[in-house]
Amino acid sequence: MIVNRKQLSWWERLYLPALIGGFKVTLRHFFRRKVTMQYPEERWVVPEGYRGAPYLVKDQEANTKCVSCQLCEFVCPPRAIRIVPPGPDGAPADRPNAEKMPREFEINMLRCIFCGFCQEVCPEEAIFLMRDYSLTGTSREEMLFDMEKLLALGGTHHDTIQKWKHKAEEAKAQGVEP
Amino acid sequence: MDWQFIGISAAKIVAVIAVMLPSIAYSVLAERRVCAFIQDRVGPNRVGPFGIWQPIADGVKFLLKEDFTPAHVRKMYFWLAPAITMIPAFLAVAVIPFGSRLGDEKMVIADLNVGVLYTFGIVSLGVYGIVLAGYASNSKYPFLGGIRSSAQMISYELAMGLSVVPLFMLVGDLNLSRIIEYQSGGLFHWLVFKQPLAFAIFLVAAFAETNRLPFDLPESETELVSGYHTEYSSMKFALFFLGEYAAMIAISALMVTLFFGGWMLPFAGLDQPATTLAGGLLHIAIFFGKLLAFMLLFIWVRWMLPRFRYDQLMHLGWRRFLPLALANIVATAVWLWISQSTP
Repeated sequence: MIVNRKQLSWWERLYLPALIGGFKVTLRHFFRRKVTMQYPEERWVVPEGYRGAPYLVKDQEANTKCVSCQLCEFVCPPRAIRIVPPGPDGAPADRPNAEKMPREFEINMLRCIFCGFCQEVCPEEAIFLMRDYSLTGTSREEMLFDMEKLLALGGTHHDTIQKWKHKAEEAKAQGVEP
Repeated sequence: MDWQFIGISAAKIVAVIAVMLPSIAYSVLAERRVCAFIQDRVGPNRVGPFGIWQPIADGVKFLLKEDFTPAHVRKMYFWLAPAITMIPAFLAVAVIPFGSRLGDEKMVIADLNVGVLYTFGIVSLGVYGIVLAGYASNSKYPFLGGIRSSAQMISYELAMGLSVVPLFMLVGDLNLSRIIEYQSGGLFHWLVFKQPLAFAIFLVAAFAETNRLPFDLPESETELVSGYHTEYSSMKFALFFLGEYAAMIAISALMVTLFFGGWMLPFAGLDQPATTLAGGLLHIAIFFGKLLAFMLLFIWVRWMLPRFRYDQLMHLGWRRFLPLALANIVATAVWLWISQSTP
């Protein structure tokens, strides 16, 4: 393809229009609002549905929702989750009618790939990928998040179904004390 | 031996170097900040408030980096080139009057009566460092950078030299202090208003002289990696860097002196040599202010214009500026002849 060069006029060949144009553009940009986000002070607000770090949640009555079914541990592709179930003579769950809750629940954030399978597979809506996207630590041990930390970071999830509470009420109505 | 003269000269040299080195460091910072602002960014602002300690961090980085000499270079020239680039830029400042008087002392390191010739001679030496670096690096990008540098020099140097001839025809002296004295007595006595064409040519040639965009052909980051200093690292690279900015300061100082009245302002009696200490300091401050304005121009233009091809630069230098400069000389001569023959 042949691109024909535009014949420049005498005025254009003086370079002056280009100089003035360039100065206008640079001056405009000089005073424009800057696009830089000054990271540690300003942080990116992630959109709804963002898959950040997975945390455990409690329901509105401050009960641990996880029932230690270990589905997330099983489905986790990089095996970042480690759960120790309570066993036959472990402590009872927070909620009266629930089956059990984990004795230990640990997520290795260095291994986690934020795929969201744990949230997908969880039958109890107990684990969610939240908005935290910059997890930092000074050692590998620091990046192993235990249950206490995960619950603290996860906060409360407003449960609209409250399966275990309703089951307990049904049982009570039928005269079967849980 | 006049020990007093030696002592005072040494003090002036130390003072000028002590002002110049930080000025170079901070013009690098200014460059980065201005460039960032023009590109809608913020620029380095982490080291100290508004990034004012950034030059110190940069300096420490340059000093601590490994000074690597590739195996294929010509060692002696490779080591010599950075020094040859930097030293002329510093030497050129020696004849520039950066103030009127402090006490009885003239504020110029060497009041040469061929000041301008000295400056042109010394400043053009800087090119040899670049050519030498390109040759000594013994690899393709620096080599191309060196070639371009020599091509560039023969395109602008002549126009630059001829552009200032009308000034000396008007002033009748090559001494830079005398040139400043000539410009006293009103804004329109500044030579930029008497010789605007000479100033335009000189300004463009100054950009070529300091290898700044739009004429940074020896460096050409986009096509020649870093051109002549591709093989350099650490302090040797820093010397090239210092040299570039020192040359900018030197040429800015020269332009302020030649065209913008040096240390004088055309009002409040500031166009006469100072009699008091405060007046002397004020003159130095005025000179420095004008210098900073030129530095800002150099920095701004870099982020405004694309690079010229070197045949375009040659075209500009030989076929546009050279005839214009010659015509300007003839016109000035005719004007002087007429104005002197008809009093």
